[in-house]
Amino acid sequence: MAFLQAHLLTLILFSPLAGAVLLLLIPRERLQAIRWVALLVSLIPFGLALFLWFAYQPGVQGYQFVEQAIWYEAIGSSYHLGVDGISVPMVLLTTLLTPLAILISWSIEDNVRSYMALFLLLETGMLGVFMSLDLLIFFVFWEIGLIPMYFLINQWGSGNREYASFKFLIYTIAGSLGLLLAIQMIGVASGTFDLIVITEKWSTLNQSLTLFGLPITLAIGTVKKIAFWAFVVAFAIKIPIWPFHTWLPDAHTEAPTAGSMILAGVLLKLGAYGFLRLVLPLYPVEAKYFAGALGLLAVLAIVLGAFASWGQDDFKRLVAYSSVNHMGFVVLGIAAAAFAQGTMQADDAVLAINGAVLQMFNHGLSAAGMFLLVGVVYDRAHTRDLNKLGGLFPVAPIYGGILIFTAMASLGLPGLNGFVSEFLVVRGSWPIFTLYTALSMVGLLITGAYILKGLAKVLHGPLNEKWLGHKMEINRREIIAIAPLMFLMLLIGVWPAWILNVINQTVKFLFG
Amino acid sequence: MSIASFEPSTLLIVLPEILLLLLAGIILVVGLTSQRSGGLLLSWLTALGLTGILIVTLLFGRPGENEVLIFGGMLRHDWMAFSFKVLFLFVAAMTALLSADVEGVEDRGEYYALLVVATLGMSLMASSADMIMLFLAIETTSIPLYILAGFKKGDDKSTEAGLKYFLFGALTSAVMLYGFSLLYGFSGDTNIYRLSEAMHAGAVSPWLIGGMAVLVLVGFSFKISAVPFHFWAPDVYEGAPTPITAFISTASKAAGFAVLLRFMLAVFPAIEAEWVTLVAIMATVTMTVGNLLALPQTNIKRLLAYSSIAHAGYAMIGLVALSSFGTASVIFYLIGYVVTNIAAFAVVILFARSVGSDEIVDYAGLSRRSPGLALVLLVALLSLGGMPPLAGFVAKFYVFAAAVESGWIWLAFVGVLNAIIGLYYYMTVLKVVYLYRSEDEDKPIAIPRSYALVLVICVIAILAIGTLSAPWLDWSINSALSLF
Amino acid sequence: MEAPILSIVVFTPIVFGVVLFFFPAERHREIRIFALTGASIALALSLWAYFTYDLALGGYQLVEHYPWVPRLGISYHVGVDGMNVPLVLLTGIVMFTGVLVSWGIDDRPREFFGFLFILATGVFGVFVSLDLFQLFFFYEIAVFPMYLLIAIWGWKVTREYAAMKLTLYLFIGSVVALIGGLAMYFASGTHSFSLFALEQAGFSVDFQRFWFPFVFFGFAVLGGIFPVHNWSPDGHVAAPTAVSMFHAGVLMKVGAFAALRVGIMLLPEGAKFWAPLILGLATVNVVYGAFIASVQSDFKYVIGFSSVSHMGLVILGFATLNLTGITGAGIQMFSHGVMTALMFAVVGLVYDRAHTREIPKLGGFIKVMPLAGIAFIIAGLVSMGMPGFSGFVAEFPIFMGLWQSQPIVAIIAAISIVITAGYIMRVIGRVFFGEMPEEFKGHITPINNFDKIALVILSGILILVGVYPSIIAPLVESGAQAVMALVGGA
Repeated sequence: MAFLQAHLLTLILFSPLAGAVLLLLIPRERLQAIRWVALLVSLIPFGLALFLWFAYQPGVQGYQFVEQAIWYEAIGSSYHLGVDGISVPMVLLTTLLTPLAILISWSIEDNVRSYMALFLLLETGMLGVFMSLDLLIFFVFWEIGLIPMYFLINQWGSGNREYASFKFLIYTIAGSLGLLLAIQMIGVASGTFDLIVITEKWSTLNQSLTLFGLPITLAIGTVKKIAFWAFVVAFAIKIPIWPFHTWLPDAHTEAPTAGSMILAGVLLKLGAYGFLRLVLPLYPVEAKYFAGALGLLAVLAIVLGAFASWGQDDFKRLVAYSSVNHMGFVVLGIAAAAFAQGTMQADDAVLAINGAVLQMFNHGLSAAGMFLLVGVVYDRAHTRDLNKLGGLFPVAPIYGGILIFTAMASLGLPGLNGFVSEFLVVRGSWPIFTLYTALSMVGLLITGAYILKGLAKVLHGPLNEKWLGHKMEINRREIIAIAPLMFLMLLIGVWPAWILNVINQTVKFLFG
Repeated sequence: MSIASFEPSTLLIVLPEILLLLLAGIILVVGLTSQRSGGLLLSWLTALGLTGILIVTLLFGRPGENEVLIFGGMLRHDWMAFSFKVLFLFVAAMTALLSADVEGVEDRGEYYALLVVATLGMSLMASSADMIMLFLAIETTSIPLYILAGFKKGDDKSTEAGLKYFLFGALTSAVMLYGFSLLYGFSGDTNIYRLSEAMHAGAVSPWLIGGMAVLVLVGFSFKISAVPFHFWAPDVYEGAPTPITAFISTASKAAGFAVLLRFMLAVFPAIEAEWVTLVAIMATVTMTVGNLLALPQTNIKRLLAYSSIAHAGYAMIGLVALSSFGTASVIFYLIGYVVTNIAAFAVVILFARSVGSDEIVDYAGLSRRSPGLALVLLVALLSLGGMPPLAGFVAKFYVFAAAVESGWIWLAFVGVLNAIIGLYYYMTVLKVVYLYRSEDEDKPIAIPRSYALVLVICVIAILAIGTLSAPWLDWSINSALSLF
Repeated sequence: MEAPILSIVVFTPIVFGVVLFFFPAERHREIRIFALTGASIALALSLWAYFTYDLALGGYQLVEHYPWVPRLGISYHVGVDGMNVPLVLLTGIVMFTGVLVSWGIDDRPREFFGFLFILATGVFGVFVSLDLFQLFFFYEIAVFPMYLLIAIWGWKVTREYAAMKLTLYLFIGSVVALIGGLAMYFASGTHSFSLFALEQAGFSVDFQRFWFPFVFFGFAVLGGIFPVHNWSPDGHVAAPTAVSMFHAGVLMKVGAFAALRVGIMLLPEGAKFWAPLILGLATVNVVYGAFIASVQSDFKYVIGFSSVSHMGLVILGFATLNLTGITGAGIQMFSHGVMTALMFAVVGLVYDRAHTREIPKLGGFIKVMPLAGIAFIIAGLVSMGMPGFSGFVAEFPIFMGLWQSQPIVAIIAAISIVITAGYIMRVIGRVFFGEMPEEFKGHITPINNFDKIALVILSGILILVGVYPSIIAPLVESGAQAVMALVGGA
């Protein structure tokens, strides 16, 4: 037990990787065995994450379950892990979504072993980002997540997968390039990559860089601004913030169902997490300075994302654009907090951040659920064209019910999770960015419009004759996969305190 | 340095020369009496005789601490002379072995006798300390070689080679002799070690000394086949019996260098800067012309001829350095060059014996036909090209080092750039040997025992000089010191 | 007395190579087994040298020192420190795997392995040399066999041209450096070719500035520095698989290493003076190389130009003249060596089966040779500098070093990362995924076990270094510290 306590994060982090290796030992023809092993293996980190969740003490300041080991001494980087109230929900979300995604991937027939192995590898990459307390390690995992995703889209995606995967890769690599350079710059300037040390040092660093024997005489302010924007662009691409979002609809649409679930459910959160973990603590001044611009972008993402979503005829594309819309709220919360932190309105800032973090978690649930449901109908109809669907409710009543439930959560219906977080964001931002918040409410209106449009086109209206003979109903495996999501949507909707408490304590320490 | 009065021990010093003369006589007699047993006997006899003399020289001919002048100052017994004698004897023995089977040569006693006499002349060249002795020695060397070059009477090319060699040789000898006579006229002395004192006195205008230096240089340049006195070389190399080509390109060239080093260093210190510049220019031109003209050759003997011209140029760099190390590097270079070139010619002879051709294109497929022979050629050509761990690399290294030491950086650069051109055409040959196929690949090439012996000795020597150069360098430095 | 480990490592290949020439030419099997034995011994001992190197002790270890030509102060002097011991290991690895993937060579394997082993001795010799003359001696030994190996066993279309070009380029470079070396020897007044003595010779600043370019660029030709890099892709492409592996994997490091060991360490003032130019050229290497690689349609040319790009990073690292940069360059030499060997091994496997390297004509190879595909993907990720693989571990410090010396270069050079990602993914997508053309279907045989072992070893190393950089980084850092002690400054 002591060992478990001491190395819990490492165990969570690497058990999927170990599972991936294990999978490679199974003969490639044994599809069923591969699927089951993958599923069981992915339940291990979930179990451990649950343990983590309950063992985590919200009231204690700082990081918990910290581990540190030698990794790359030569440049001052170490294997340093730890979690706080922002990362614990993310870890939980990741470990929860992965088994569900694997469960929904039962229908994959082609090269199952590689598929499952890549999925588990992806999980390790994402978890690593949430746990890292070392900038370099952070970057390592950040990039590791990229490659499995590329292959998942490239190999198991639909029609236009090559284009989509390539676009995804180039966008993200270009984004992380800036991140890489900025991390290097920070490393050079502070002589370490340890996040905790840097957080203390970096924000108070105010001599120009020549201090370190550098032949450049950039004012520290300039350097920081450059590094700030490098971070912001990298994370903005990942979230994605308008106008960096164009890779997203393609990638989401072409990815296999499970891939889309993880992409929307977890991968987008990496960007937002980066903002919270790195940008705000490291660049409070710059963040405050540019918060207005960021807020504007967030509003644009909310409004334009919603409009774009409304305009889609492709079910999956519609859901994809909704991610832009929803993640906009996360950014709005962050922008507001960035502007207000350390001022009289710090309380509002805390609220906004609470909302943003919760919104990350919630969007993870609902987006994953929506993509899952899109996948279900696509599996059967082999089309995602809204105009070809329609009137499915009578044919598939259970499916219809689930879809409506999930869509409502996504829409922000009070009583379900989306409402709680969006309310918190809006409440927190209102005193800070009144105009932006007001505008974003317009976006919320459009959100309602496109969700309802989607529901109407799929479930109601005249039934397309084509589907008459087909079995359109959702099957049991898929119900099992979505059930936990629905449970959590409801739980957070009616009793958000269990999770907000964890988030709030940390947010208070950090931004209060 | 002292002039020893005649004592019986003086005879010990010239013992090698006496033995050589004796050997020549014996060969002539045996050659006349044993018509039928053929060249094999003569060749082994000559080779063993020369080896015997070599051993005697090594045992008894070793010079003492101080150099001595003997025969009234005609000869100088020093390390320099000793080293070159050993070298000549070695080359002559190898040449004798290589001659065993060559068409038109095999059963002719006079061939071997002439070879031995030429060797005798070279030994004297290396130790001459007097202009008269020097001229005699040069002629003793040259005349047998003229005959040997034209030895294949039925062969027009050989006859042409002999005549050409003779004409060029006679002409340059005459010019050189003119230079000698002028030197004598201005100094009243023929001993080269006393000449310099006379030159120093300031009685003679530097311009005149320069003129005389140029005149004698002409003669020496002919011997070492430096540009612009190289025109004879390709034709003679191609036409002469190949063992003789090997002999001329190695021993004769080395003898020329022995004289060049001794004479220039001893006689012309007064105009040092000038003649060194002249030699530097000659070295540049010699290397460059030799290498550039080697590029288009299609006949391997002509290619080696031009390459040997270029090698003379490299060796001259060491002389330009004008230091004991520089001189040592020349001697070392010659040692390395000699063993390498013999190996190359041995392969050429063997190939021509079986295939009857010296054209490079006919070497196609050699690596499949006779991998061993191909490997020897590889070693030899790479050594000529200056690749480690072979003799040629270290030799070039020392020569260039000497140049850099004395501040001749540009000359060193000229040298290394030329080495690259050299490498190019050597590789062109190797490409044919290793890369191209021919229809005769299944026909093996016979390697008689005497040839095999030469190949093995030379390859071992190339490797030994290349990897363990210390003793050879010490020897060279010892020799060089006797000139300073 | 300790066993002369390094001497055994250095001379094992050439002894085995020479003995090989005495085998009957047609006993292919025995020849191969004998060659593999030799390679195994070299690998085992280089591993031993690597892991017995005592970091706490530091400095040069396993030193052997015998007079060679005492008259000139030349000695046979070998030893390893943190900078060169990984390179010795690299050579052992590439040699071993090179023999494994060359198992199928049927045209005169005796000569092939013989020449390859002579080459290996040259490479080992350069890496462990502590004597300038000895370094040149082995350097030339390493260059020449390349000519024959490419010209005889290479790709028929370009082999003669490429082999000649390569040899002449490298020879020119080395002799120019040689003159520089001689100048140092005589200027030092120490009458010693010992690198230690020359390090302490205290050359004047003007002397250093004058001679540095000769020495550095002379060697850097073999390191593939722009604009004298174009022998390299041609050479890579024309060479047979094992030789490409050796060539890109090890030989280019010989050039870079010698440029560091002789150029920068002996003439540090010169290095400081010329560093901006070198940075500029190497940046061109990095970006231009990547760009050219991305427009190639020949599989092997892509890899060839990617080597140019990656070697540019090594030289960039050197030119930063600071601890992090040089450490990164040292790791990059090792990492790129293994990576590129792996890539060429896979290219060779594909070419042996498809008999074409035109990328558009290939496709779907991962189905028939999954291991090769995965190995190539791993190598590709290394090449992209993907974290978790050795390339990242190597490139990261280089960039950090650049930030300290020339931040603008870091930003420009970073562009290559995106370009690299682009062309690597394109190659992977076209060659290994997608539909296999009809003409290949059923004709492509799976790879054999020797190839598999080689691929697994190479990819394993790439991952190992990537996830646990401390297996190599402290070593290289200690070596880089020795460099910095001479260069001085931050």
